[in-house]
Amino acid sequence: MSRRNNRARAAGGGEVAGIAIAGVTKRFGAVTALAGVSLQVEAGEFVALVGPSGCGKTTLMRIVAGIESADAGRVVVGQRDVSGLRPADRDIAMVFQSYALYPHLTARQNIAVPLAMRRLSRAQLLPLIGRFLPGSRARLRAIAADVEQVAASLGLDALLDRRPGQLSGGQRQRVALARAIIRRPAAFLMDEPLSNLDAALRVQTRREIVAIHRSAGVATLYVTHDQTEALTMADRVAVMMAGEILQVATPEAIYADPQDLRVAGFIGSPRINMLPAEADAGGLLRVAGDPVGMLAPPGPLTLALRPEDLRPAEHGLAAISEGVEFLGESLLLHARHLASGTPVVLRLTPDAPRPAAGAMMRLGFDPARALLFDAAGKRVAARPSLRLVERALV
Amino acid sequence: MSEALALPRARAPVGEALAGLLLTLPAGIAFLLMLLLPTLATVMLAFTDYELGMPGFAWIGFENFEEMLGDRGFRVALRNTIVYVCIVTPASIALGLGAALLIEAGSRGRALFRAMFFLPVVSLTVAMAAAWQYLLHPTIGPLNALLRRIGIAEPPFWLSSSDWVLTSLGAIGVWENLGYNMVLFLAGLTAIPRELYAAAEVDGAKRAFDRFRLVTWPLLGPTTLFVVTITLIRSVRVFDTVAVLTQGGPNKASEVLLHTMYREGFTFLRLGYSAAITLVFLAIVLGLVWLQTKALDRRVHYG
Repeated sequence: MSRRNNRARAAGGGEVAGIAIAGVTKRFGAVTALAGVSLQVEAGEFVALVGPSGCGKTTLMRIVAGIESADAGRVVVGQRDVSGLRPADRDIAMVFQSYALYPHLTARQNIAVPLAMRRLSRAQLLPLIGRFLPGSRARLRAIAADVEQVAASLGLDALLDRRPGQLSGGQRQRVALARAIIRRPAAFLMDEPLSNLDAALRVQTRREIVAIHRSAGVATLYVTHDQTEALTMADRVAVMMAGEILQVATPEAIYADPQDLRVAGFIGSPRINMLPAEADAGGLLRVAGDPVGMLAPPGPLTLALRPEDLRPAEHGLAAISEGVEFLGESLLLHARHLASGTPVVLRLTPDAPRPAAGAMMRLGFDPARALLFDAAGKRVAARPSLRLVERALV
Repeated sequence: MSEALALPRARAPVGEALAGLLLTLPAGIAFLLMLLLPTLATVMLAFTDYELGMPGFAWIGFENFEEMLGDRGFRVALRNTIVYVCIVTPASIALGLGAALLIEAGSRGRALFRAMFFLPVVSLTVAMAAAWQYLLHPTIGPLNALLRRIGIAEPPFWLSSSDWVLTSLGAIGVWENLGYNMVLFLAGLTAIPRELYAAAEVDGAKRAFDRFRLVTWPLLGPTTLFVVTITLIRSVRVFDTVAVLTQGGPNKASEVLLHTMYREGFTFLRLGYSAAITLVFLAIVLGLVWLQTKALDRRVHYG
C-alpha cells in the first residue's frame, strides 16, 4: 500500500494521467472486440490488464500504441490527446510478445534504433555517408553512450555485439526492454512480455520489470493472461472479459472483493468455489434448503468462497470427500457438495487431517468471508446473521 | 531390460539403408541418365574434334579452348552476354521488387496485378517473341508509330540496328523475368513478421522508406540473394529471343553464348567445339551458384 501512496505523492505536482483511455470501441466485422472501454493509468503507475485470451486486451494495447485504429474513443498519453497520431508521435515505447527485435542488427544496434530514428536527420540516417555528415559524430557518440548506460543497467554489456539469433529468450527479452526504456517515453506498453520464457526465468524477470518500472517511474500498461503476473506486479489490476473491463482495483481488492462473478472466477487458483443459493422472502440465505447464517436480498444467488475460506467442520454443508492433493505449503481437499453435486476445493494446512476419499464430511465457513452474486453475476451485499447461524446449525 | 529391444534396433540400420537406397533409385537413375552422363559426355567431347557425321574423332586436348580465345565470334558473344546480363539482372530485380511492394501495399486487384506481371513467365517465349517482333517493327510497329507521333522523326530500328538490338533484347528479357522475381519477392514479403513493422513504427520509423530500410530490405536478404542468383543464371541462359528475333544479327551484334554454342553444334555440326563453349557456360553458372552458397549466404541469414 505504501508503494501506491508514494506514487500518488510523486504524481501530486500537477502531473496528470500517464495514459487515459476513454470509450474505445473496436469492431472486426460483426465481432465487437472492444465495447467502449475506459481505463486510466496514473503517472508512474503500473496497471496490469488481465483476461483470458481473446478478450480484447492486446487489441486495446495496440490501439493505445497506435498500431491499430479505434472505431470510437480517445487515447491520451501524458496529457496529450494522441488518438489521431502515428505510433512514432505518441511518445510511447512497447515491448512485444515476440520481442520484435530486428534480426539483422546486433543488440547494440537494436537498442539504438529509437534514438537514431529521433536524433538523426534523414541524411544522417543514410548508411555509410550518414556518419560523415556534420554533427553526425557527436550525435552518434551520444547515442552510443546512452546505449551503454541502459545496457549496463540491465546487465547486457557482454552481449551487445550479438545478434538476436545468438541470444537466449531471456536475453532477447532484456534487449527488448532496453530498447523500450532507452528513450524515456511517457508510457510503457508491454504485451505479454514474459509468455515466451520458462517458469523460473519468468519469476526472476517479473521482479526485474517491476524494478525497472520503479526506477523509471513511467506509467505502464501491462497486458497478460497470467493472473499471478497481474497480482504480483501491478499497482492496480484491470480484469477484462469479452471486450469490456469488469473491474479495476488493487490486487488485494480484486482478490478479496471482486464485484463480478466472472472476476471472482478468473482470479485465484484454485478457482473460487461457487454454490447455488437462494434467499427467501425473509432474506434468509439457504444453500440447498439449509440456512447458512446469512441475510441477502431475496432471489436466486451464487455463494462464492475462496478455497482457504472453507474448512471441515462439525456442522455445515454436507459433502463427500474426493481425495487430497499435497502441494508442499498447503493441502488441497477435493470434495463434492452433496445437495447440489457441485465440486468444491478446500485449501488446508499441510498437516491437516486427511479424510479418506468417499468419507462424509461437513463444510463450514465464516459468513463474513463469503461473497454473494446475483443472477446477473453482480456482487450483492450480504450480512451474517449470528442468531440464525446458531438456530440453523445446532 | 533392453536386450530384447536393442537387438532388432541394432539390425535396423542395414535394412533401413537398403530401403533408403531402393527408394532413391528412380531419382538416382534419372539423375545419372539425364544429368550426369550427358554432362560427362559434354566434358569429354570438349576435348575432341568430333563433328556430327564424321566416322571418328581425335583427342585434341585444349585446342578447342585455344581456338575460342582467338575466335572473334566467341569473344563478341561473351561480351554481348555480359552486357545483356548487366541490363536484365538489375532492372528486372528492381522492377520486380517495386511491383511486389506496390502489390503488397495495395488492397485492390492484387490477384489481377499478380497475374498480369506473371503472364510472361507462363507464356511461351517463342510465341511472345512474334508479338515483340510486331511491336518493335521499324515501320509498322506500334512503338515507332507512337514515337513518330510524339515528334521523333527517325525512331531506331530496334531489332535490326546493331546499336539498339541488345537494349531491345534486354528490355524483352526484363519483361520476361520481372514477373518471376515479383512472385519470389511477394513470397519473401509475406514471411516478414508484421510485429517488426509495428515495432519500427513505435521506434520512430515514420516514413515508409525508413521502415523499408529498417525491416523490409534486411529481412528480404535471403530472398534477394536467391533472386539475384536465379536471375543471373536465367539471363546468362538467354537463347530463344535471340534465336527467333535476330539469329545473332545484325553482324553478330546480338550474338550470345548459347546461340553461338547452338550454331557451332547444330548448324556447323562442330560438336567438339560446341561442347567446349558449353563448358565455359557451365563454369559461369557454377561460379554464380558457388558465389551464392559460399560467399554470400552467410551474410543474409541472421542468427
